[in-house]
Amino acid sequence: MSTAFLGMPELPGGHGNLRGAAEFPDAARQALGNRQLRDNLAHATGAIRAKRSAVVDEVPDWEELRAAGSAVKADTLARLPELLEQLESAVQARGGVVHWARDAEEANRIVTELAGRQGAREVVKVKSMATQEIGLDAALDAAGITATETDLAELIVQLDNDRPSHILVPAIHRNRREIAEIFAEHMRDDQGRPPTDLGDDPAALTEAARRYLREKFLRTPVAVSGANFAVAETGTLCVVESEGNGRMCLTLPDTLITVMGIEKVVPTWRDLEIFLQLLPRSSTGERMNPYTSMWSGVHGEGGAPDGPREFHLVLLDNGRTRALADDVGRQALHCIRCSACLNVCPVYSRTGGHAYGSTYPGPIGAILSPLLTGMDADDTNASLPFASTLCGACYDVCPVKIDIPSVLVHLRGQATRSGHRTERATMRLLAWLMSSAGRFTAARRLMRLARFGARGGRFRRLPPPLSGWTDHRDLPAPPRRTFRQWWAARRRNGGGAR
Amino acid sequence: MSARSEILARVRAALADEPAVRQVPREYRQHSRDAGTADLAEMFGERLAEYTARVHRATPEHTPAEIIAEVLRARGASSAVVARGLPARWRPGTASIGLVDDTGLGIGELDRTDAAVTGCAVAIAETGTLVLDAGADQGRRAISLIPDHHVCVVRTDQIVGTVAEALAALDPLRPLTFISGPSATSDIELDRVEGVHGPRNLDVIVTPVGC
Ligand code: SF4
Repeated sequence: MSTAFLGMPELPGGHGNLRGAAEFPDAARQALGNRQLRDNLAHATGAIRAKRSAVVDEVPDWEELRAAGSAVKADTLARLPELLEQLESAVQARGGVVHWARDAEEANRIVTELAGRQGAREVVKVKSMATQEIGLDAALDAAGITATETDLAELIVQLDNDRPSHILVPAIHRNRREIAEIFAEHMRDDQGRPPTDLGDDPAALTEAARRYLREKFLRTPVAVSGANFAVAETGTLCVVESEGNGRMCLTLPDTLITVMGIEKVVPTWRDLEIFLQLLPRSSTGERMNPYTSMWSGVHGEGGAPDGPREFHLVLLDNGRTRALADDVGRQALHCIRCSACLNVCPVYSRTGGHAYGSTYPGPIGAILSPLLTGMDADDTNASLPFASTLCGACYDVCPVKIDIPSVLVHLRGQATRSGHRTERATMRLLAWLMSSAGRFTAARRLMRLARFGARGGRFRRLPPPLSGWTDHRDLPAPPRRTFRQWWAARRRNGGGAR
Repeated sequence: MSARSEILARVRAALADEPAVRQVPREYRQHSRDAGTADLAEMFGERLAEYTARVHRATPEHTPAEIIAEVLRARGASSAVVARGLPARWRPGTASIGLVDDTGLGIGELDRTDAAVTGCAVAIAETGTLVLDAGADQGRRAISLIPDHHVCVVRTDQIVGTVAEALAALDPLRPLTFISGPSATSDIELDRVEGVHGPRNLDVIVTPVGC
């Protein structure tokens, strides 16, 4: 079982895990050599795509929900300072403590100190992109505190000292046999015993994880979570999940520490009626996910007969204000992390998540990571805006209507201006598409023809079969020469593909 | 400068172009088209059953208390914890099922209890969702979480059509748990496995008001 490009998680610096060691094209080429990975990805992304379409198609007002979700997020960003202050007072009024963290390092320090104050040697964690982004597990570990991931896929990844590769299904790159090996090798109970009767049946493997984690849930005094939403007017936090590990972490431990990006706030309670419809259907392709928990303050507040006695909310910037300052790019902060754009992306579904380097993979990662970190000339993240064919599928499925293709084009301009070696990066990145994508060639040729109809770098309508989605929106105009034509010409002239 | 003032200052600086504050268009449906109580109960039952929860219909002839006793027996449960406010008429009279009132049981005791019986606050037909708000007939969150079998009684007048109607009926300041089927994971090769950390078995009894 070989997995390329997976270094040991390192103690994160200022930004945390928002940058990979290699540029996208180099990391992607390694991924493409892994047949197992490609098979798993094709199966998984295809299956979730089908489920999503079925439950989205049955909603008669899906477009109205998307429009509302997008508007709530735009409104939130426009009024962010007042909403954050409102959220802060609402949480404080119900017994919570609010902390502010400028970057990953500061957030890690706050959480580590809070956990340390409780004398905790161990904390349980609910899957959270924000804590993955800041590299919290490694920071806690360095302070002698063991963080146990309790989401099954995160646990698999953690036991294997690996990195998540998908927002929703972090172990999408592992099959059952590999997971059984990981459990047998690394899973140990309190007495140091490995699991028995393991086999490689998903039900048996899940049962092993249930037993392993249950004793931890029942006795660990500190939990760390993320949050999907926080309501400014009520101070209500919301965690959406499937397995019940979230409920365990939010209910049993005495202390709960929630780390949340500042963009996750929504103005009103009523706004959740939009997102609780958009998120599950876009994400797991279910009408509703098995469990959603909401809490406003601590034990005893609002008649709460249990739950944490101490609640800390850490509001995280870590580049979000930098992204916010980009008037085209700021819409990336609308993202509700559903992962629908990953599953429809022709690039992601071939390369998988690790190629993107950052915690945030796929189309959203390709814009969000460079927006959060900025792009220097030698920044690996400057290659990400080129990790796309601009096919537009991501925009069509995005429940909050983030126009990812336009942001990609915008960021390509920035990367080029900052002196990034655009051409080489692009060439390497898309080289793998050359071998097997006849349809892709045809589509790109059509797009090139369509360029004649573009005005001001945008066009309103493409010829079929691409008209299906330009009917609904603008598409950034493709470059004068397609990548493939450029590449073919370059090869004729003796330029290598490498 | 404190982190708080620095972040707020950065946010204000980032918004120097003063992006327009948009009115949110709420043109999506607030209410379900099939607003009849019978239709909603039907849809709720079907959709919840799709998550592999078992759904039962109570009648004056086949009461919630009887069904509770049957489903507990069918699952081999010998003990079930209930909130003290669970209505007397929902409590099975059978001596073979020991109902334990939650008087602050320890987590370990809950872990050794086979089942939990609760009411709910609201149910959503379109998504097949139960919502618990720690009301008197439900009790604290741990009850419906730790035992491996959750039996939930839903009155037909608690069933609403849409998510929007449910939120309008709920108090955001209460601790809320939305439950749509038993706990599940698809983390291994996308094979759905039911029962991870939450209860592996979910029985839902839909009852007319007054039963
Ligand atoms: S960008 Fe849109 S589709 Fe992609 S994860 Fe975020 S919300 Fe989902």
